[in-house]
Amino acid sequence: MGEFKVHRVRFFDYMPSAIRAMAFNRQSERLAVARADGAVEIFNFSDNYFQEKVIPGQDSRAVEALCWVDQRLFSGGLNGEITEYDLENLKPRYTVAAYGGPIWTISSNNQGTMLALGCEDGTVKMFEVLAEKVQFQRNFDRQKGRIISLSWHPSGTLIAAGMMDMIRVFDAETGHATHRLLVERGVGASKSREVVVWSVAFLSDHTIISGDSAGKVQIWDGVTGTLLRTHLVTKWDVLALSVSQDQSSLVAGTSEGTVIQFQLISSTVGQQDKEWVRTRTFKNHSHDVRALAHTETAVVSGGMDTQLVVRPLLDKVEKNTQESSLRKIVFPHRSLVCCAKKAGLLLFQFPEHLELWRLGESEGHGKPGDSLTVKTKPEKLIQLKRKGEDHICCSALSPCGGWMAYSTVSSVRLYRLQYNNNNIGITKVSRLPKDLCSVHQLCFSSDSSKLFASSSHSSVIVVALNQQECTYLHTLKPKSSSRQPVHLLFASEDGKWLATANTDCEIHIYNLDKLKLHCTVPVYSSYPTAIAIHPLTSNLVVVHADQQIFEYSLEKKEYTEWSRKLQKLGLHSLWLERDTPVTHITFNSRNPAHIILHDMFMFCIIDQSLPLPEAKTLLYNQMTLRSVPEPERIRHSHAFKICKNFQVWSSH
Amino acid sequence: MAALYEGYTLCGLVPAQNLSHSGIQGIEQERDSDHVVVTDSTRSVTLYKVSDQKPLGSWTVKQGQSLVCSAVFNSQTKEYVAVSDNRVIRIWKEEDILLDKAFKATVSSDVWRVHCVHGGEPVVLFQRGAVRLLDSLLSAPQQPIEEILVQEEAIRWSTNIVAETQQFVIFTTEQKGDHFLYLQRLNPNTLQRYRLEREEPGLGPLSFSASYRDKHIHLLYLYPNGHVYQSVVSVRGLGTEEGTQALPLPRSLLLSLPVGEGLLEAASAMVLDEAHVAVVGVPHPSAGAGKDFLCIWNTNFQTLQAGKEMAGKIYGQLWCYSNKLFIPHGKTLSVIPFVCPKSSLASALGKLKQAKTEEKAQPSRTVETRKTVCWLTTAPVEDVEKEVEGLLSRSDIQDLQPSVGQLVSVLVSRSLTDPAFYTPSTLAQLVHTQCLCHSVCPDLVLLALEKKDYFLCQLCLQFFPDIPEAVTCACLKAFIRNEVLQTAYSDNFLLPHLKDLSSQHVVLFLQYLQFLYLKYSQDAFPQMHGLRSPSLTQIMDWVCLVLDAHFTVLVMTPEAKGLLLNLHSFVKSQVRLVSELGKIEGSLQELNKMKVNKDVGQYSIEIIELF
Repeated sequence: MGEFKVHRVRFFDYMPSAIRAMAFNRQSERLAVARADGAVEIFNFSDNYFQEKVIPGQDSRAVEALCWVDQRLFSGGLNGEITEYDLENLKPRYTVAAYGGPIWTISSNNQGTMLALGCEDGTVKMFEVLAEKVQFQRNFDRQKGRIISLSWHPSGTLIAAGMMDMIRVFDAETGHATHRLLVERGVGASKSREVVVWSVAFLSDHTIISGDSAGKVQIWDGVTGTLLRTHLVTKWDVLALSVSQDQSSLVAGTSEGTVIQFQLISSTVGQQDKEWVRTRTFKNHSHDVRALAHTETAVVSGGMDTQLVVRPLLDKVEKNTQESSLRKIVFPHRSLVCCAKKAGLLLFQFPEHLELWRLGESEGHGKPGDSLTVKTKPEKLIQLKRKGEDHICCSALSPCGGWMAYSTVSSVRLYRLQYNNNNIGITKVSRLPKDLCSVHQLCFSSDSSKLFASSSHSSVIVVALNQQECTYLHTLKPKSSSRQPVHLLFASEDGKWLATANTDCEIHIYNLDKLKLHCTVPVYSSYPTAIAIHPLTSNLVVVHADQQIFEYSLEKKEYTEWSRKLQKLGLHSLWLERDTPVTHITFNSRNPAHIILHDMFMFCIIDQSLPLPEAKTLLYNQMTLRSVPEPERIRHSHAFKICKNFQVWSSH
Repeated sequence: MAALYEGYTLCGLVPAQNLSHSGIQGIEQERDSDHVVVTDSTRSVTLYKVSDQKPLGSWTVKQGQSLVCSAVFNSQTKEYVAVSDNRVIRIWKEEDILLDKAFKATVSSDVWRVHCVHGGEPVVLFQRGAVRLLDSLLSAPQQPIEEILVQEEAIRWSTNIVAETQQFVIFTTEQKGDHFLYLQRLNPNTLQRYRLEREEPGLGPLSFSASYRDKHIHLLYLYPNGHVYQSVVSVRGLGTEEGTQALPLPRSLLLSLPVGEGLLEAASAMVLDEAHVAVVGVPHPSAGAGKDFLCIWNTNFQTLQAGKEMAGKIYGQLWCYSNKLFIPHGKTLSVIPFVCPKSSLASALGKLKQAKTEEKAQPSRTVETRKTVCWLTTAPVEDVEKEVEGLLSRSDIQDLQPSVGQLVSVLVSRSLTDPAFYTPSTLAQLVHTQCLCHSVCPDLVLLALEKKDYFLCQLCLQFFPDIPEAVTCACLKAFIRNEVLQTAYSDNFLLPHLKDLSSQHVVLFLQYLQFLYLKYSQDAFPQMHGLRSPSLTQIMDWVCLVLDAHFTVLVMTPEAKGLLLNLHSFVKSQVRLVSELGKIEGSLQELNKMKVNKDVGQYSIEIIELF
């Protein structure tokens, strides 16, 4: 099929940020994750754990706790503010100061009417959740030490608060403390240090469970205030607790990187008396487990090692299914790399800055498997630090390499780049159209004459670029009433089409000549993770979070013959089992039948001229093909040519 | 007859790169015969306790400075004296840690050496031949120092001797191939100069050694052709004709040592007593051309009394302090105890029994021992035990070596002749001193075996370095112990003796070995068994040896069949384990290689091919 020259680029030293807090919404099956840099990510557990939304961080915002109230997401942080997020425009909706010093924890009652905050100054603050805002209601009796953790009793009448050396139980009506549970300090040298109750859980039967810095998980009787049982689970800290919805299982995360499961079972068979018994230990993290979520079927954990781990509970899932396999989400589910093909430039997006690199050049020829002599080394041309407090949410580089743009939640910046021999000139375009202020995705047209920016309500702003200035042209709007953000943009090479995909799974095609909507692709239930339009056939190729591939003819406004064939036959099971999404699609300029796509661990060339792999066919067959004599290869070949030699961020 | 005993290492050496020099400048006696001060050729002085083989203190001059001569110990003031950088005299005490902070004085002329006889006062000999007592020199360090030697005359060797009450500094010089001897008497000061007779042209003396006895100073000197001469100078009548006139020094040829091929290069001869000379760096007459020997010659009868090959190169250096020779060889400084009994023709020819010899160096002890020896032949058992115990507790063991030998010999011979007499505890005590070896008391082990004193046998096996294989086997026959297995042996000599064991013995022995082996291989920490347990390899070697010696017999013996099968399966499993380990090692190595290949840099451009 052919030889390819691969630039193995390992100088994009992106480092994900540590996970601080987590909140799982059982209703929508969305997991909200807060990272140390203040970013909040939403994962859709019903759609292959796809990272559907990212709200970029901010320098001053350190999120310490997250809380869902219905479909609304709130956070509290060490800056002392409560933030509600706008999940449609991917930015904070508003912030409210709690005036209690740093906020350590935030928790809502089951009814979704109140938010309780644990503050540094020793107060539990109650906020009422209103339709458009939260409003301060009152303070509970002020305590001596900071309030580290909170848990509402499901009835909503009591709140347990974890503090230094103790747990307090408050009456939610009066705000008075009703019980004081003293937590024993560690032995030996740590005897002199206060024990921190990092996490509490208040169960329906008035059992209180606590995890503390002395390594204990303790079970208390919340009615009498007596200690029932102590489980010493680690030498260090128990940092997080999470209870299953039916309150029969509990997980504790430790600073040793372990997650320990307890289950409410009768210790002797046949007896009615149930107690909390330590059952399993999971070790999937190298560092502290800071946040936990106990879903119906799995334990989700995250912490200092930045990985999000979904560990299925094997008694809750069917064995040997996709659901039963451990999943580690290490890197973002979107591309942070932009490539200017014609100029041989790469743009790397970090939260704090952008890096523009020129690729190296090789000398001579080599045979497959060889590394060529690098004649010119890759060169970092520009490191551009962002302005303001908000972190970068998206960026783009024009195909000619002459324009570069990035956006934060508050502003868009556009730069003109000029290359004179070895000098690079960078000029900020000073006056941008006022519509261009908060965008979710940026994309240049293939001739670099236009900039597309996705904005609110799935609209796309089109801006014309020439020399030093840029002018507003048009706003493309879909016919649907979707309020969701567009997360994918693709401008066709011939300059005629623009494709958009939003988090409602809608894909819209605009005709750029007429500046109006051309068609809407039939909505498929899973998120589009990558879209691309073929430069010659003008067929749209879409890959979804569930790994399905579709090809849609823009001309005929229908799925192509090949796409139908593929759907009819079904994708190979091994293809569907991959656990990272395809994040980029491109085409082979030498062979129009080739679609090139990649996920985190492989890239694949789909040769549309070859037969599709059937269920019994060997999917990863490159090694076999290599070993058989050439005339026989055609018998064994199929359309999916998969190369797993590289971990892939981006391919062009 | 003179004998050299088993030596031991005092310290390691750092010889010059081309091995031309041992790295030691000198060794001087310190407070007693068990303490010496070793000065190395560059910067440091170290105090050793000889019997402990242990350094007690060390002093070093700064980088860039160097010591001119061997440091000496002034036993009157308990101070050490050394000279650095030709003119700086340094004096310090044992408790001083930093040499640099100790006393120093700079004198006006270059120093050759400082000498100090035990109990005497230090004397400084200058390079140009002048001599001063240290005290008088330090009273005015910058006092002018006269030149005794003429131009182109240089000191080659020097020493210091006390004759009766008179202190002498003796030194030799060389001037244009002529050698001179200077005898400097102190208080009153007189100087006498002698001219040494010329040897073959171009040959100068390799070493000198001086001793005083019977009112005469005896000078012994060795030439590269192996000739050892002695010159005798009376200390009386010196000083009458002081002056530059050099008197001819008469000499007599004492020994003509074999030199093998070529001339001697690094060799020296040293007087031990009136009849004995220790020689290093001279070939052993019956051991080929190698020169790395230490020998004791009897000068009266010109016979070789004892010889010892020294591992590594000999540097021609030798010191002697109270029955111990200090000799640097290879990369070690060894201490070799010796005895030189009063010579008689019988003893010189090796005909005299050890028991009758006397020991000269320690008159009081020798007399005492001698008395005891006489008395031992008649006294009852209890008294003997008490007496020997008393003797042993008296002083340090090193000096006892000859006495212990005598005592054991007497006791053993009495026990052999008188069946009623046996002193097991005394003998055990004597063996425990570790001063004995099999050759000193050849009958001891057999006596112990005869008396069924297995404890004593065990002690002998443990402490004697030189038990003949035949005796080892005899012990083996009598009993089977750990100690037997640890004894040094040679396969070739042992095999024929092993054949003497009866088949029952062999089976029993093999069972025991198998038991030991199983026990050891199950235990993860064989070191825990203590020093006296044999090692796994020792056990295995014995199993092999016993099987070699008796295989045919064992095959025919029905009782041995099970044992042999057991051993076979055991060995088989071990072989399999080793081969499996080999495989694992191979795979792991492959893994290592793979890792190396995978290491890629920050950026590469690679060609891949898809099919």
